[in-house]
Amino acid sequence: MIEVVDLYKSFNDHPVLKGINLRVDEGKTLALIGGSGKGKSVLLKIIIGLMRPDRGKVLIDNQDIGRLRGKALKRLKERCGIVFQGGALFDSLTVFENIAFPLEEKTRMKASQIRDTVMRELARVGLSGSETKYPAEISGGMKKRVALARCLVMNPEIVLFDEPTTGLDPLIGKAIHKLIRECQKSLNFTAIIVTHEIPAIFSMVDRVAMLFDGKILAEGTPGEIETTKDPVIHQFIHGELEGPITIQ
Amino acid sequence: MNWIFAPFKFFGSITHRFIRELGRMGCFFAESLFWMAFPPYLMQRIVRRIHFIGVKTSSVIVLTGAFTGMVMALQVYYVLVKFGAEASLGPVVALSLIRELGPVISALMVIGCAGSALTAEIGIMRITEQIDALDAMALNPYKYLIIPSLLAGVISLPLLNAIFVTVGVFGGYAVGVGLMGISSGTYFGGIRDFVEAKDILEGIYKSLSFGVLITLISCYKGYYTGYGAEGVSKATTQAVVLSSVTILVWDYFMTSILVT
Ligand SMILES: Nc1ncnc2c1ncn2[C@@H]1O[C@H](COP(=O)(O)OP(=O)(O)OP(=O)(O)O)[C@@H](O)[C@H]1O
Ligand SMILES: [Mg+2]
Repeated sequence: MIEVVDLYKSFNDHPVLKGINLRVDEGKTLALIGGSGKGKSVLLKIIIGLMRPDRGKVLIDNQDIGRLRGKALKRLKERCGIVFQGGALFDSLTVFENIAFPLEEKTRMKASQIRDTVMRELARVGLSGSETKYPAEISGGMKKRVALARCLVMNPEIVLFDEPTTGLDPLIGKAIHKLIRECQKSLNFTAIIVTHEIPAIFSMVDRVAMLFDGKILAEGTPGEIETTKDPVIHQFIHGELEGPITIQ
Repeated sequence: MNWIFAPFKFFGSITHRFIRELGRMGCFFAESLFWMAFPPYLMQRIVRRIHFIGVKTSSVIVLTGAFTGMVMALQVYYVLVKFGAEASLGPVVALSLIRELGPVISALMVIGCAGSALTAEIGIMRITEQIDALDAMALNPYKYLIIPSLLAGVISLPLLNAIFVTVGVFGGYAVGVGLMGISSGTYFGGIRDFVEAKDILEGIYKSLSFGVLITLISCYKGYYTGYGAEGVSKATTQAVVLSSVTILVWDYFMTSILVT
Protein backbone atom coordinates (compact mmCIF):
# COMPACT_ATOMS: atom_id res chain seq x y z
CA MET A 1 0.00 0.00 0.00
CA ILE A 2 1.23 3.45 -0.89
CA GLU A 3 0.03 6.38 1.14
CA VAL A 4 1.04 9.97 0.56
CA VAL A 5 0.17 12.37 3.34
CA ASP A 6 0.10 16.14 2.98
CA LEU A 7 3.18 16.38 0.79
CA TYR A 8 4.81 19.71 -0.09
CA LYS A 9 7.74 20.32 -2.39
CA SER A 10 9.09 23.49 -3.93
CA PHE A 11 12.16 24.30 -6.01
CA ASN A 12 13.81 27.69 -5.41
CA ASP A 13 10.62 29.15 -3.90
CA HIS A 14 8.58 27.80 -6.80
CA PRO A 15 5.99 25.50 -5.25
CA VAL A 16 5.35 22.36 -7.27
CA LEU A 17 3.47 20.13 -4.86
CA LYS A 18 1.15 21.87 -2.40
CA GLY A 19 -0.38 19.27 -0.16
CA ILE A 20 -0.74 15.97 -1.94
CA ASN A 21 -2.87 13.27 -0.34
CA LEU A 22 -3.08 9.99 -2.16
CA ARG A 23 -3.60 6.35 -1.39
CA VAL A 24 -3.15 3.25 -3.49
CA ASP A 25 -4.33 0.01 -1.95
CA GLU A 26 -2.40 -3.23 -2.08
CA GLY A 27 -2.50 -4.83 -5.52
CA LYS A 28 -4.31 -1.91 -7.13
CA THR A 29 -3.17 0.31 -9.97
CA LEU A 30 -3.65 4.04 -10.11
CA ALA A 31 -3.27 6.24 -13.14
CA LEU A 32 -1.88 9.67 -12.33
CA ILE A 33 -2.81 12.25 -14.91
CA GLY A 34 -2.11 15.96 -15.04
CA GLY A 35 -0.56 18.71 -17.09
CA SER A 36 2.99 18.68 -18.28
CA GLY A 37 5.51 20.13 -15.83
CA LYS A 38 3.07 19.99 -12.94
CA GLY A 39 5.09 17.67 -10.73
CA LYS A 40 4.10 14.13 -11.57
CA SER A 41 7.68 12.92 -11.96
CA VAL A 42 8.68 14.80 -8.83
CA LEU A 43 5.89 13.06 -6.91
CA LEU A 44 7.11 9.64 -8.05
CA LYS A 45 10.69 10.43 -7.06
CA ILE A 46 9.57 11.52 -3.63
CA ILE A 47 7.48 8.38 -3.20
CA ILE A 48 10.45 6.13 -3.95
CA GLY A 49 12.78 8.17 -1.75
CA LEU A 50 15.01 9.76 -4.38
CA MET A 51 13.93 13.26 -3.37
CA ARG A 52 13.03 14.63 0.01
CA PRO A 53 9.77 16.48 0.45
CA ASP A 54 9.73 19.83 2.22
CA ARG A 55 6.85 18.64 4.35
CA GLY A 56 4.61 15.61 4.64
CA LYS A 57 5.39 11.94 4.40
CA VAL A 58 5.15 8.85 2.27
CA LEU A 59 4.09 5.60 3.84
CA ILE A 60 4.75 2.33 2.09
CA ASP A 61 3.03 -0.47 3.94
CA ASN A 62 2.81 1.90 6.89
CA GLN A 63 6.56 2.52 6.94
CA ASP A 64 7.63 6.14 6.57
CA ILE A 65 10.23 6.05 3.80
CA GLY A 66 11.69 9.37 4.93
CA ARG A 67 12.52 7.99 8.36
CA LEU A 68 13.89 4.60 7.41
CA ARG A 69 17.66 4.13 7.43
CA GLY A 70 20.19 1.48 6.54
CA LYS A 71 19.00 -2.09 6.10
CA ALA A 72 15.31 -1.34 6.49
CA LEU A 73 15.43 1.32 3.78
CA LYS A 74 17.37 -1.01 1.53
CA ARG A 75 14.85 -3.79 1.98
CA LEU A 76 12.00 -1.44 1.22
CA LYS A 77 13.70 -0.11 -1.92
CA GLU A 78 14.34 -3.65 -3.09
CA ARG A 79 10.61 -4.24 -3.10
CA CYS A 80 9.99 -1.19 -5.24
CA GLY A 81 10.76 -0.49 -8.86
CA ILE A 82 10.59 2.62 -10.96
CA VAL A 83 10.61 3.12 -14.71
CA PHE A 84 12.06 6.58 -15.27
CA GLN A 85 10.58 8.92 -17.82
CA GLY A 86 13.86 9.02 -19.74
CA GLY A 87 14.66 5.35 -19.21
CA ALA A 88 17.83 6.03 -17.17
CA LEU A 89 19.61 3.11 -18.80
CA PHE A 90 23.29 2.70 -17.97
CA ASP A 91 24.87 3.92 -21.17
CA SER A 92 28.15 2.11 -20.63
CA LEU A 93 26.33 -1.23 -20.62
CA THR A 94 24.60 -3.07 -23.44
CA VAL A 95 20.88 -3.76 -23.44
CA PHE A 96 21.55 -7.26 -22.14
CA GLU A 97 23.87 -6.04 -19.40
CA ASN A 98 21.41 -3.36 -18.38
CA ILE A 99 18.69 -5.90 -17.70
CA ALA A 100 21.14 -8.37 -16.18
CA PHE A 101 22.62 -5.71 -13.89
CA PRO A 102 20.06 -5.83 -11.07
CA LEU A 103 20.04 -9.63 -11.23
CA GLU A 104 23.81 -9.82 -10.97
CA GLU A 105 24.02 -7.30 -8.17
CA LYS A 106 21.00 -8.26 -6.11
CA THR A 107 20.44 -11.98 -6.58
CA ARG A 108 22.54 -15.10 -6.38
CA MET A 109 21.47 -16.43 -9.77
CA LYS A 110 23.95 -18.30 -11.91
CA ALA A 111 25.12 -16.76 -15.16
CA SER A 112 23.12 -19.20 -17.28
CA GLN A 113 20.00 -18.52 -15.25
CA ILE A 114 20.49 -14.79 -15.63
CA ARG A 115 20.92 -15.23 -19.35
CA ASP A 116 17.65 -17.15 -19.68
CA THR A 117 15.75 -14.66 -17.55
CA VAL A 118 17.05 -11.67 -19.48
CA MET A 119 16.31 -13.25 -22.85
CA ARG A 120 12.79 -14.10 -21.74
CA GLU A 121 12.23 -10.58 -20.51
CA LEU A 122 13.59 -9.12 -23.75
CA ALA A 123 11.28 -11.31 -25.79
CA ARG A 124 8.39 -10.14 -23.66
CA VAL A 125 9.00 -6.48 -24.55
CA GLY A 126 9.60 -7.40 -28.18
CA LEU A 127 13.31 -6.70 -28.27
CA SER A 128 14.89 -10.08 -28.98
CA GLY A 129 17.95 -9.52 -31.11
CA SER A 130 18.88 -6.12 -29.67
CA GLU A 131 20.73 -7.45 -26.64
CA THR A 132 24.21 -6.50 -27.84
CA LYS A 133 23.30 -2.92 -28.71
CA TYR A 134 24.17 0.04 -26.49
CA PRO A 135 21.47 2.45 -25.32
CA ALA A 136 22.85 5.12 -27.66
CA GLU A 137 22.20 2.82 -30.60
CA ILE A 138 18.51 2.15 -30.00
CA SER A 139 15.46 4.36 -30.47
CA GLY A 140 13.64 6.21 -27.72
CA GLY A 141 10.78 3.73 -27.76
CA MET A 142 13.18 0.81 -27.48
CA LYS A 143 14.87 2.47 -24.51
CA LYS A 144 11.51 2.75 -22.79
CA ARG A 145 10.95 -0.97 -23.26
CA VAL A 146 14.41 -1.89 -22.01
CA ALA A 147 13.80 0.25 -18.93
CA LEU A 148 10.50 -1.53 -18.41
CA ALA A 149 12.21 -4.91 -18.71
CA ARG A 150 14.97 -3.88 -16.30
CA CYS A 151 12.37 -2.90 -13.74
CA LEU A 152 10.08 -5.91 -14.11
CA VAL A 153 12.89 -8.47 -14.11
CA MET A 154 13.22 -8.03 -10.36
CA ASN A 155 9.53 -8.85 -9.74
CA PRO A 156 8.87 -5.74 -7.66
CA GLU A 157 5.86 -5.52 -5.37
CA ILE A 158 5.40 -1.82 -5.94
CA VAL A 159 6.06 -0.26 -9.33
CA LEU A 160 6.04 3.35 -10.41
CA PHE A 161 5.80 3.89 -14.15
CA ASP A 162 6.67 7.34 -15.41
CA GLU A 163 5.05 7.65 -18.82
CA PRO A 164 5.86 4.11 -19.97
CA THR A 165 4.21 4.54 -23.37
CA THR A 166 4.82 8.17 -24.26
CA GLY A 167 6.67 8.37 -27.56
CA LEU A 168 5.83 4.84 -28.67
CA ASP A 169 3.81 4.06 -31.76
CA PRO A 170 0.16 3.09 -31.07
CA LEU A 171 0.74 -0.62 -31.58
CA ILE A 172 3.70 -0.89 -29.26
CA GLY A 173 1.96 1.42 -26.82
CA LYS A 174 -0.96 -0.99 -26.70
CA ALA A 175 1.39 -3.95 -26.38
CA ILE A 176 3.14 -2.28 -23.43
CA HIS A 177 -0.18 -1.57 -21.77
CA LYS A 178 -1.11 -5.20 -22.24
CA LEU A 179 2.26 -6.28 -20.87
CA ILE A 180 1.85 -4.11 -17.79
CA ARG A 181 -1.62 -5.48 -17.22
CA GLU A 182 -0.48 -9.08 -17.59
CA CYS A 183 2.45 -8.55 -15.24
CA GLN A 184 0.13 -6.86 -12.81
CA LYS A 185 -2.16 -9.88 -12.89
CA SER A 186 0.61 -12.42 -12.44
CA LEU A 187 2.77 -10.52 -9.93
CA ASN A 188 -0.10 -8.61 -8.37
CA PHE A 189 2.02 -5.52 -7.79
CA THR A 190 0.76 -2.17 -6.62
CA ALA A 191 1.36 0.46 -9.27
CA ILE A 192 1.18 4.12 -10.04
CA ILE A 193 1.22 4.87 -13.75
CA VAL A 194 1.90 8.42 -14.80
CA THR A 195 0.49 8.78 -18.27
CA HIS A 196 -0.95 11.03 -20.92
CA GLU A 197 -2.68 8.11 -22.66
CA ILE A 198 -6.23 9.24 -22.14
CA PRO A 199 -8.62 7.48 -22.49
CA ALA A 200 -6.66 4.29 -23.28
CA ILE A 201 -5.39 4.05 -19.71
CA PHE A 202 -8.90 4.08 -18.24
CA SER A 203 -9.56 0.50 -19.26
CA MET A 204 -6.53 -0.90 -17.48
CA VAL A 205 -6.37 0.75 -14.07
CA ASP A 206 -8.44 0.51 -10.94
CA ARG A 207 -8.36 4.18 -10.08
CA VAL A 208 -7.45 7.51 -11.62
CA ALA A 209 -6.13 10.61 -9.88
CA MET A 210 -5.71 14.01 -11.41
CA LEU A 211 -2.91 16.31 -10.29
CA PHE A 212 -3.75 19.96 -10.70
CA ASP A 213 -2.18 23.04 -9.16
CA GLY A 214 0.00 21.00 -6.81
CA LYS A 215 -2.90 19.04 -5.35
CA ILE A 216 -4.89 15.93 -6.17
CA LEU A 217 -7.96 17.53 -7.66
CA ALA A 218 -9.96 14.34 -7.90
CA GLU A 219 -9.52 10.64 -7.36
CA GLY A 220 -11.91 7.90 -8.32
CA THR A 221 -12.67 4.98 -10.57
CA PRO A 222 -12.08 5.53 -14.29
CA GLY A 223 -15.86 5.68 -14.78
CA GLU A 224 -16.25 8.38 -12.18
CA ILE A 225 -13.45 10.46 -13.65
CA GLU A 226 -14.72 10.08 -17.19
CA THR A 227 -18.22 11.20 -16.36
CA THR A 228 -17.29 13.90 -13.85
CA LYS A 229 -18.95 17.28 -13.97
CA ASP A 230 -15.77 19.03 -12.75
CA PRO A 231 -14.94 21.49 -15.54
CA VAL A 232 -11.15 21.20 -15.05
CA ILE A 233 -11.07 17.42 -15.35
CA HIS A 234 -13.59 17.43 -18.14
CA GLN A 235 -11.50 19.89 -20.11
CA PHE A 236 -8.28 18.00 -19.45
CA ILE A 237 -9.41 14.52 -20.40
CA HIS A 238 -11.16 15.74 -23.51
CA GLY A 239 -8.23 17.95 -24.49
CA GLU A 240 -10.32 21.07 -25.02
CA LEU A 241 -8.63 24.41 -25.42
CA GLU A 242 -11.59 26.36 -23.99
CA GLY A 243 -12.10 26.04 -20.26
CA PRO A 244 -10.74 26.82 -16.81
CA ILE A 245 -7.20 25.51 -17.55
CA THR A 246 -5.11 28.04 -19.41
CA ILE A 247 -1.82 27.26 -21.08
CA GLN A 248 0.67 29.92 -20.18
CA MET B 1 24.39 53.60 0.54
CA ASN B 2 24.31 50.33 -1.30
CA TRP B 3 27.65 50.84 -2.96
CA ILE B 4 29.38 50.97 0.44
CA PHE B 5 28.18 47.54 1.32
CA ALA B 6 28.56 46.03 -2.12
CA PRO B 7 32.20 44.93 -1.72
CA PHE B 8 31.47 43.41 1.71
CA LYS B 9 28.50 41.62 0.27
CA PHE B 10 30.60 40.38 -2.61
CA PHE B 11 33.43 39.04 -0.48
CA GLY B 12 30.99 37.72 2.06
CA SER B 13 29.15 35.70 -0.54
CA ILE B 14 32.40 34.37 -2.01
CA THR B 15 33.66 33.32 1.41
CA HIS B 16 30.31 31.79 2.22
CA ARG B 17 30.28 29.83 -1.04
CA PHE B 18 33.85 28.68 -0.52
CA ILE B 19 33.21 27.41 2.99
CA ARG B 20 29.98 25.72 1.99
CA GLU B 21 31.69 24.01 -0.94
CA LEU B 22 34.53 22.88 1.31
CA GLY B 23 32.07 21.50 3.83
CA ARG B 24 30.11 19.62 1.22
CA MET B 25 33.26 18.16 -0.23
CA GLY B 26 34.37 17.11 3.24
CA CYS B 27 31.05 15.36 3.79
CA PHE B 28 31.35 13.71 0.39
CA PHE B 29 34.81 12.42 1.26
CA ALA B 30 33.71 11.28 4.70
CA GLU B 31 30.76 9.41 3.24
CA SER B 32 33.02 7.70 0.72
CA LEU B 33 35.40 6.62 3.49
CA PHE B 34 32.47 5.43 5.58
CA TRP B 35 31.09 3.19 2.83
CA MET B 36 34.58 1.94 2.04
CA ALA B 37 34.53 0.20 5.39
CA PHE B 38 31.67 -2.10 4.39
CA PRO B 39 31.51 -4.87 1.79
CA PRO B 40 30.89 -5.57 -1.03
CA TYR B 41 34.28 -4.61 -2.45
CA LEU B 42 33.77 -4.32 -6.16
CA MET B 43 37.20 -5.44 -7.34
CA GLN B 44 36.19 -5.61 -10.97
CA ARG B 45 35.05 -2.01 -10.91
CA ILE B 46 38.27 -0.88 -9.28
CA VAL B 47 40.33 -2.66 -11.93
CA ARG B 48 38.22 -1.10 -14.67
CA ARG B 49 38.75 2.32 -13.14
CA ILE B 50 42.51 1.79 -12.96
CA HIS B 51 42.36 0.85 -16.63
CA PHE B 52 40.32 3.98 -17.30
CA ILE B 53 42.84 6.25 -15.59
CA GLY B 54 46.00 4.37 -16.55
CA VAL B 55 45.41 3.69 -20.21
CA LYS B 56 44.06 7.16 -20.86
CA THR B 57 47.13 8.74 -19.36
CA SER B 58 50.14 6.45 -19.79
CA SER B 59 51.13 7.45 -23.34
CA VAL B 60 50.90 11.12 -22.40
CA ILE B 61 52.94 10.41 -19.29
CA VAL B 62 55.69 8.76 -21.31
CA LEU B 63 55.80 11.63 -23.77
CA THR B 64 55.78 14.45 -21.20
CA GLY B 65 58.17 12.52 -18.96
CA ALA B 66 60.73 12.16 -21.72
CA PHE B 67 60.63 15.82 -22.69
CA THR B 68 60.59 17.05 -19.12
CA GLY B 69 63.73 15.03 -18.39
CA MET B 70 65.38 16.26 -21.57
CA VAL B 71 64.63 19.93 -21.03
CA MET B 72 65.68 19.67 -17.40
CA ALA B 73 69.04 18.21 -18.43
CA LEU B 74 69.51 20.92 -21.01
CA GLN B 75 68.70 23.79 -18.65
CA VAL B 76 70.58 22.39 -15.69
CA TYR B 77 73.63 21.56 -17.77
CA TYR B 78 74.19 25.17 -18.78
CA VAL B 79 73.87 26.33 -15.20
CA LEU B 80 76.14 23.59 -13.85
CA VAL B 81 78.82 24.30 -16.45
CA LYS B 82 79.13 27.80 -15.00
CA PHE B 83 80.13 26.27 -11.69
CA GLY B 84 82.15 23.55 -13.29
CA ALA B 85 79.83 21.01 -11.74
CA GLU B 86 78.41 19.29 -14.80
CA ALA B 87 79.22 15.93 -13.24
CA SER B 88 76.30 16.35 -10.90
CA LEU B 89 73.81 16.61 -13.75
CA GLY B 90 72.43 13.12 -13.03
CA PRO B 91 71.45 13.67 -9.38
CA VAL B 92 70.07 17.17 -10.04
CA VAL B 93 67.79 15.93 -12.80
CA ALA B 94 66.80 12.79 -10.91
CA LEU B 95 66.13 14.55 -7.62
CA SER B 96 63.97 17.24 -9.13
CA LEU B 97 62.04 14.65 -11.09
CA ILE B 98 61.58 12.31 -8.16
CA ARG B 99 60.68 14.89 -5.55
CA GLU B 100 58.81 17.52 -7.48
CA LEU B 101 58.27 17.37 -11.20
CA GLY B 102 57.26 13.72 -11.43
CA PRO B 103 54.38 13.85 -8.94
CA VAL B 104 53.17 17.29 -10.00
CA ILE B 105 53.33 16.96 -13.78
CA SER B 106 51.96 13.42 -13.82
CA ALA B 107 49.12 14.63 -11.59
CA LEU B 108 48.40 17.48 -13.99
CA MET B 109 48.36 15.05 -16.90
CA VAL B 110 45.95 12.76 -15.04
CA ILE B 111 43.69 15.75 -14.37
CA GLY B 112 43.64 16.63 -18.05
CA CYS B 113 43.19 13.11 -19.37
CA ALA B 114 41.23 11.20 -16.76
CA GLY B 115 39.95 13.66 -14.14
CA SER B 116 37.94 15.66 -16.65
CA ALA B 117 36.56 12.49 -18.21
CA LEU B 118 35.58 11.22 -14.76
CA THR B 119 33.65 14.41 -13.99
CA ALA B 120 31.91 14.36 -17.36
CA GLU B 121 31.00 10.69 -17.03
CA ILE B 122 29.58 10.95 -13.54
CA GLY B 123 27.90 14.25 -14.41
CA ILE B 124 26.13 12.71 -17.39
CA MET B 125 25.09 9.77 -15.24
CA ARG B 126 23.59 12.27 -12.83
CA ILE B 127 21.63 14.31 -15.38
CA THR B 128 20.33 11.22 -17.19
CA GLU B 129 19.12 9.83 -13.84
CA GLN B 130 21.44 6.82 -13.96
CA ILE B 131 22.60 7.60 -10.43
CA ASP B 132 18.97 7.80 -9.32
CA ALA B 133 18.39 4.46 -11.02
CA LEU B 134 21.21 2.88 -8.99
CA ASP B 135 19.79 4.40 -5.86
CA ALA B 136 16.29 3.15 -6.68
CA MET B 137 17.69 -0.38 -7.06
CA ALA B 138 18.97 -0.03 -3.50
CA LEU B 139 22.54 0.00 -4.78
CA ASN B 140 24.83 2.56 -3.22
CA PRO B 141 26.19 5.00 -5.85
CA TYR B 142 29.25 5.61 -3.66
CA LYS B 143 30.10 1.94 -3.85
CA TYR B 144 29.57 1.70 -7.58
CA LEU B 145 31.01 4.98 -8.81
CA ILE B 146 32.91 6.99 -6.26
CA ILE B 147 34.91 4.51 -4.21
CA PRO B 148 36.31 2.56 -7.20
CA SER B 149 37.46 5.86 -8.70
CA LEU B 150 39.07 7.02 -5.46
CA LEU B 151 40.93 3.74 -5.00
CA ALA B 152 41.96 3.65 -8.64
CA GLY B 153 43.38 7.16 -8.28
CA VAL B 154 45.35 6.19 -5.20
CA ILE B 155 46.72 3.10 -6.92
CA SER B 156 47.47 4.45 -10.37
CA LEU B 157 48.98 7.84 -9.59
CA PRO B 158 52.12 6.50 -7.90
CA LEU B 159 52.55 4.05 -10.77
CA LEU B 160 52.17 6.74 -13.41
CA ASN B 161 54.54 8.89 -11.40
CA ALA B 162 57.08 6.06 -11.43
CA ILE B 163 56.80 5.76 -15.21
CA PHE B 164 57.18 9.50 -15.57
CA VAL B 165 60.29 9.63 -13.42
CA THR B 166 61.92 6.63 -15.07
CA VAL B 167 61.33 7.93 -18.56
CA GLY B 168 62.43 11.41 -17.44
CA VAL B 169 65.72 10.13 -16.04
CA PHE B 170 66.45 8.40 -19.34
CA GLY B 171 65.44 11.54 -21.22
CA GLY B 172 67.99 13.43 -19.14
CA TYR B 173 70.48 10.70 -19.90
CA ALA B 174 69.88 11.09 -23.63
CA VAL B 175 70.63 14.80 -23.49
CA GLY B 176 73.39 14.73 -20.85
CA VAL B 177 75.29 11.74 -22.16
CA GLY B 178 74.24 11.75 -25.79
CA LEU B 179 74.43 15.46 -26.55
CA MET B 180 76.60 17.02 -23.87
CA GLY B 181 79.09 14.24 -23.55
CA ILE B 182 78.96 13.47 -19.86
CA SER B 183 80.03 9.91 -19.25
CA SER B 184 77.33 7.37 -18.60
CA GLY B 185 79.00 6.24 -15.38
CA THR B 186 79.05 9.77 -13.99
CA TYR B 187 75.34 10.24 -14.73
CA PHE B 188 74.08 7.07 -13.06
CA GLY B 189 76.80 6.93 -10.43
CA GLY B 190 75.78 10.39 -9.25
CA ILE B 191 72.17 9.33 -9.06
CA ARG B 192 73.10 6.27 -6.99
CA ASP B 193 75.14 8.33 -4.58
CA PHE B 194 72.76 11.18 -4.00
CA VAL B 195 69.20 9.85 -4.32
CA GLU B 196 68.05 8.45 -1.00
CA ALA B 197 65.05 6.38 -0.04
CA LYS B 198 63.44 9.36 1.62
CA ASP B 199 63.47 11.30 -1.65
CA ILE B 200 61.63 8.51 -3.36
CA LEU B 201 59.21 8.24 -0.45
CA GLU B 202 58.49 11.95 -0.69
CA GLY B 203 57.50 11.48 -4.33
CA ILE B 204 55.30 8.52 -3.45
CA TYR B 205 53.55 10.32 -0.60
CA LYS B 206 52.88 13.22 -2.88
CA SER B 207 51.42 11.22 -5.70
CA LEU B 208 49.31 9.16 -3.28
CA SER B 209 47.76 12.31 -1.89
CA PHE B 210 47.36 13.79 -5.37
CA GLY B 211 45.53 10.64 -6.39
CA VAL B 212 43.01 11.16 -3.60
CA LEU B 213 42.60 14.87 -4.31
CA ILE B 214 42.15 14.58 -8.06
CA THR B 215 39.61 11.78 -7.99
CA LEU B 216 37.81 13.30 -5.01
CA ILE B 217 37.38 16.68 -6.71
CA SER B 218 36.49 15.14 -10.07
CA CYS B 219 33.90 12.80 -8.59
CA TYR B 220 32.46 15.48 -6.36
CA LYS B 221 32.02 17.95 -9.20
CA GLY B 222 30.39 15.30 -11.37
CA TYR B 223 28.15 14.02 -8.59
CA TYR B 224 26.79 17.48 -7.84
CA THR B 225 26.69 18.74 -11.41
CA GLY B 226 24.18 21.33 -12.57
CA TYR B 227 21.46 20.62 -15.09
CA GLY B 228 21.89 19.92 -18.77
CA ALA B 229 24.89 19.92 -21.03
CA GLU B 230 25.90 23.33 -19.73
CA GLY B 231 25.90 22.07 -16.17
CA VAL B 232 28.19 19.18 -17.04
CA SER B 233 30.58 21.34 -19.05
CA LYS B 234 30.78 23.82 -16.19
CA ALA B 235 31.39 21.03 -13.71
CA THR B 236 34.17 19.62 -15.89
CA THR B 237 35.92 22.96 -16.21
CA GLN B 238 35.61 23.59 -12.50
CA ALA B 239 36.96 20.15 -11.70
CA VAL B 240 40.03 20.68 -13.89
CA VAL B 241 40.77 24.17 -12.57
CA LEU B 242 40.08 23.34 -8.95
CA SER B 243 42.11 20.15 -8.93
CA SER B 244 45.08 21.77 -10.71
CA VAL B 245 45.14 24.65 -8.25
CA THR B 246 44.64 22.34 -5.29
CA ILE B 247 47.50 20.12 -6.44
CA LEU B 248 49.94 23.02 -6.64
CA VAL B 249 48.92 24.52 -3.30
CA TRP B 250 48.90 21.14 -1.56
CA ASP B 251 52.28 20.37 -3.10
CA TYR B 252 53.79 23.40 -1.40
CA PHE B 253 52.51 22.32 2.00
CA MET B 254 53.54 18.71 1.47
CA THR B 255 57.02 19.82 0.51
CA SER B 256 57.40 22.15 3.47
CA ILE B 257 56.31 19.39 5.84
CA LEU B 258 58.36 16.60 4.25
CA VAL B 259 61.55 18.60 3.79
CA THR B 260 61.78 19.77 7.39
N1 LIG C 1 15.61 18.92 -9.73
C1 LIG C 1 14.83 19.97 -9.99
N2 LIG C 1 15.26 21.22 -9.71
C2 LIG C 1 14.47 22.28 -9.94
N3 LIG C 1 13.24 22.21 -10.43
C3 LIG C 1 12.76 21.00 -10.74
C4 LIG C 1 13.53 19.81 -10.53
N4 LIG C 1 12.80 18.75 -10.92
C5 LIG C 1 11.63 19.25 -11.36
N5 LIG C 1 11.60 20.60 -11.25
C6 LIG C 1 10.44 21.45 -11.60
O1 LIG C 1 9.29 20.87 -11.06
C7 LIG C 1 8.22 20.98 -11.94
C8 LIG C 1 7.58 19.63 -12.16
O2 LIG C 1 8.43 18.79 -12.91
P1 LIG C 1 8.04 17.30 -13.29
O3 LIG C 1 9.20 16.73 -14.00
O4 LIG C 1 7.58 16.59 -12.08
O5 LIG C 1 6.84 17.51 -14.29
P2 LIG C 1 5.90 16.39 -14.91
O6 LIG C 1 4.55 16.59 -14.32
O7 LIG C 1 6.51 15.05 -14.74
O8 LIG C 1 5.86 16.81 -16.43
P3 LIG C 1 5.88 15.88 -17.75
O9 LIG C 1 4.49 15.37 -17.94
O10 LIG C 1 6.25 16.83 -18.83
O11 LIG C 1 6.89 14.83 -17.53
C9 LIG C 1 8.74 21.61 -13.22
O12 LIG C 1 8.31 22.94 -13.25
C10 LIG C 1 10.24 21.56 -13.08
O13 LIG C 1 10.78 22.73 -13.60
MG1 LIG D 1 7.47 13.76 -15.93
